[in-house]
Amino acid sequence: MSDLLLPLLLAVPLAGCVALLVLPGRTADRFALPIGLVATALTMAVALWSVFAATPYNASWVPSLGLRVQLGLDGISDPLVLLTAFLTFLCIVFTVRVQPEAGRVRALVGLVLLLEVGMLGTFLALDLLLFFVFFEVVLIPMWFVIAQWGDDTVPGGRVRAANTFIIYTLLGSAVMLLGILLVRAKTGTFDIAALTASGGAGMSSNVQVLVFLALGLGFAVKTPMWPLHSWLPDAHTAAPTIGSVLLAGVLLKMGTYGLIRIAVPVAPQGAEVVAPFLGAFAVVGIVYGALACLVQRDLKRLIAFSSVGHMGFVLLGIATLTPVGINGALYANVAHGLISGLLFFLVGAIKDRHHTSSIAELGGGLYDRMPRLGGLLVFAAVASLGLPGLAGFWGEMLTLLGAFDPAPGLNRGYYLTLMAIAGLGLVLTTVYFVSLIRRVAQGQTAPRWQQALLLRDATPLELAVWAPVVALVVVLGCWPKLLLDATDPAVRMLLGG
Amino acid sequence: MAGTQAIDYTALAPALVVAVTALGVLVLDLFLPAGRKVVAAWAGTGGLVVALATLLPLVGDTRRTFCVPATNVDPVSCSYVVDHLTLVFQVLVLAGAVVVMLLSLDTLRDSRIPAGEYSFLLLSSVAGAVTLAASRDILTLVVALEVVSLPAFALVALRRFDSRSSEAALKLFLVSVVSTAVMLFGLSLVYGTTGAVHLDRIASALARSDGRLPATVLGVTLSLAGFGFKVAAVPFHFWAPDTYSGAPVPVAAYLSVVSKAAGFVGLAVLLTRGFGPYADVWAPAVAVIAALTMTVGNLAALRQRSAVRLLAWSSIAQSGYMLVPLGSAAHGAGSVDAVLPATVAYVLAYAVMNLGAFSVVTLVGRHRPRNAIEDYRGLGRTEPLTAFALAFALACLAGLPPGLLGLFAKVVVFQAPVEQGVGWLAVVMAVNVVIGLYYYLAWAAALYARPAEGARPPSYRISWSDGLAIGITLGAAVWLSVLPRMVLEALR
Repeated sequence: MSDLLLPLLLAVPLAGCVALLVLPGRTADRFALPIGLVATALTMAVALWSVFAATPYNASWVPSLGLRVQLGLDGISDPLVLLTAFLTFLCIVFTVRVQPEAGRVRALVGLVLLLEVGMLGTFLALDLLLFFVFFEVVLIPMWFVIAQWGDDTVPGGRVRAANTFIIYTLLGSAVMLLGILLVRAKTGTFDIAALTASGGAGMSSNVQVLVFLALGLGFAVKTPMWPLHSWLPDAHTAAPTIGSVLLAGVLLKMGTYGLIRIAVPVAPQGAEVVAPFLGAFAVVGIVYGALACLVQRDLKRLIAFSSVGHMGFVLLGIATLTPVGINGALYANVAHGLISGLLFFLVGAIKDRHHTSSIAELGGGLYDRMPRLGGLLVFAAVASLGLPGLAGFWGEMLTLLGAFDPAPGLNRGYYLTLMAIAGLGLVLTTVYFVSLIRRVAQGQTAPRWQQALLLRDATPLELAVWAPVVALVVVLGCWPKLLLDATDPAVRMLLGG
Repeated sequence: MAGTQAIDYTALAPALVVAVTALGVLVLDLFLPAGRKVVAAWAGTGGLVVALATLLPLVGDTRRTFCVPATNVDPVSCSYVVDHLTLVFQVLVLAGAVVVMLLSLDTLRDSRIPAGEYSFLLLSSVAGAVTLAASRDILTLVVALEVVSLPAFALVALRRFDSRSSEAALKLFLVSVVSTAVMLFGLSLVYGTTGAVHLDRIASALARSDGRLPATVLGVTLSLAGFGFKVAAVPFHFWAPDTYSGAPVPVAAYLSVVSKAAGFVGLAVLLTRGFGPYADVWAPAVAVIAALTMTVGNLAALRQRSAVRLLAWSSIAQSGYMLVPLGSAAHGAGSVDAVLPATVAYVLAYAVMNLGAFSVVTLVGRHRPRNAIEDYRGLGRTEPLTAFALAFALACLAGLPPGLLGLFAKVVVFQAPVEQGVGWLAVVMAVNVVIGLYYYLAWAAALYARPAEGARPPSYRISWSDGLAIGITLGAAVWLSVLPRMVLEALR
């Protein structure tokens, strides 16, 4: 039984999606949300169970391609699988009350379930080609979510934002596929565990650099790494609330997870050559993200740009190639998933109420007119800027610590410089979040909102959705051992020592 | 052993059944009352199904017929060989033709196209395609290729009342004649230098010769032309968009799937069985053609507004993908056999997904003669199943999940250049896959977009023959997405 848990984890949301597809129209419309709720809740239960009890699953799918259904969980994927199941469930619960304006809940729920299959599969796959397949599964559902339920506040409209998202990602992943096939041509296997164990055997140093670049390009677009980030602001801004939550909360993590799980261990020599460049791009991203946030006039866009900076920290952690740095990267990954998910929920709620997310139009006084929403926004902002005691702190601190003492073979002075610049980015992050709080949460409510009758504070259902996220942010902030105990052994094994 | 020889009629049965049915349909048509001409099409469909059944006894062993005796250097050589490769393509051609006939039934009933002639011409062309798959000497190859092409000109021109139709047929005819002439010149050079017509003897003669004779090199290269036309490869692609949009839609489906598959099997047989030793000569040429074909096809498809024209350009691009494995075969004779399964797998997958797209396009075209992408707007809300069938076919063509069939087929194709070390071709194809995504996606988006203000949302009564065609292709695409072994391991 325990070896069937992981296939079950994928089968549950898939079954929900197929059910919504094949049920006759009327029935499916009426039962869309119940089916979605049951499917995602079950998925979460199975995910929890899997973390404790699952054993790897291995079966052949397409022998001629060498494609196997190899699924497994370890300390690196555990937190991300839980995060995915958790956020998806919250998104469906959120949809119960806050239904998208474009309607058609059935299609939306079905697409989110398909999205969940892709996200979970990416974190579970231990076969390179299977990983690639799941990596691609998320594209079409997310494209539809943005293009159909998004809004047109971004330049060029939501369809353009969705197209930019999918074309950027596909360009990256097409090159990634070439890298995967190159690995197979040189080593004869797609098995990630075997490739990790052999540590690049069978590939010359040059081939490894090529493999790392090809794989890395796919992941860097997804993460996104500066300067490949330009799909992100529009996609996040145009997407409906749950689309932004899943994009920022989970989809971006697929890129950094791929770097840690695949690119670094499969081509270690390539990683060593490319890491300094990766680190440089990472810190440019950190500073660039922070500077871009300083000049944003739209709340949702600001949160989107803040992701560029935060993912820069994750990339810097990976670029150190040390257990400390990579643990930090994984920590920052999960923390950013929770915090940015929460931020997009909150900004979505603010946007739903005001029908705008422009900071100037919103004016100040959020505390004043919606104390609970305002308080939560400040909490999330403070968590995001890395206040000690909240989840955002540990990942970034460990990352900087990793850069302080990078892996042997990397130039320490260079990494110290990177660390210093990243520290500067940290300061800038604080600046823009504090200024955001000052401009939106504090001050007096503008007259135009004083007359508005529909400005309700957070509803009980919204609070019920957000409370567990807030709790986790606090728990992970106060008790980092919880996560590090899981990731550390797996990371050390990955780095071969 | 001169004189008469035994002919293996079991091996010939599929081609014979189709040819006899074609003649029978033509005669039957004379006796049908004016209102019931569509019965001829029924008989034709039945004949194709019977031909499919006659393939069953051929499974398993290799059958040869029309052989010449061994000489002191060569073993026995045969002109007509039914091996595994042949069977795979005969199944593809016949099954594809059945779907095309199903799609034609309503078209024939509703329009002024003569059903008897139509069925006769289509079946004749199919008979050529079935023979082409089994041809193993250059004369049979050329004759079979022309049997595929000649009825196609008439098929395209059957809408006599439509001037676009005649123009389309003329274009098809001219390009075909030119490319055939070039091919014949090339083949005659090859015959002149090797003195053989059987492919295996050409191969052994080429292998024996030292160095590269310029005449042979020229001959091998020019021989590609005829098949380049058939598969609509650049620079022989110009006929495709005009011909597809001028012809009845089911004929366009036929040209883009069955006739193209016939072209590919001919090309594959000629290159791998005959010109294998000259792989270092033709493979780079094929690689360049592949890169050009997919790039030109994709870039032109980006600008199309009409569904059929878009599919025409996209099928040109897809031909480019199919040529990629053949184009990466430059290193030694072993690599030729290594890459052949990839091309075959892609042709099979392409047939399923492109027929799926054409099934829905035929249906919509029957109600909206303009058949513009705009006519598909909102189809997902009024005809969810039909829209899903088209969206799934498009996802397959783009190679993105949930269209796993297309994804796996592309992975197989990518594998060839990566493993054979032709990196540039793989990169060109990767970029092309991304370009391709854009127009497939735009079309799929239209399916699920809100209908335009005031426009009547498209809603149709779907006849059972159309429904069957859509169902068969969608079912096959979904089934093969989950279990792609049948397609990917067709040659094992």
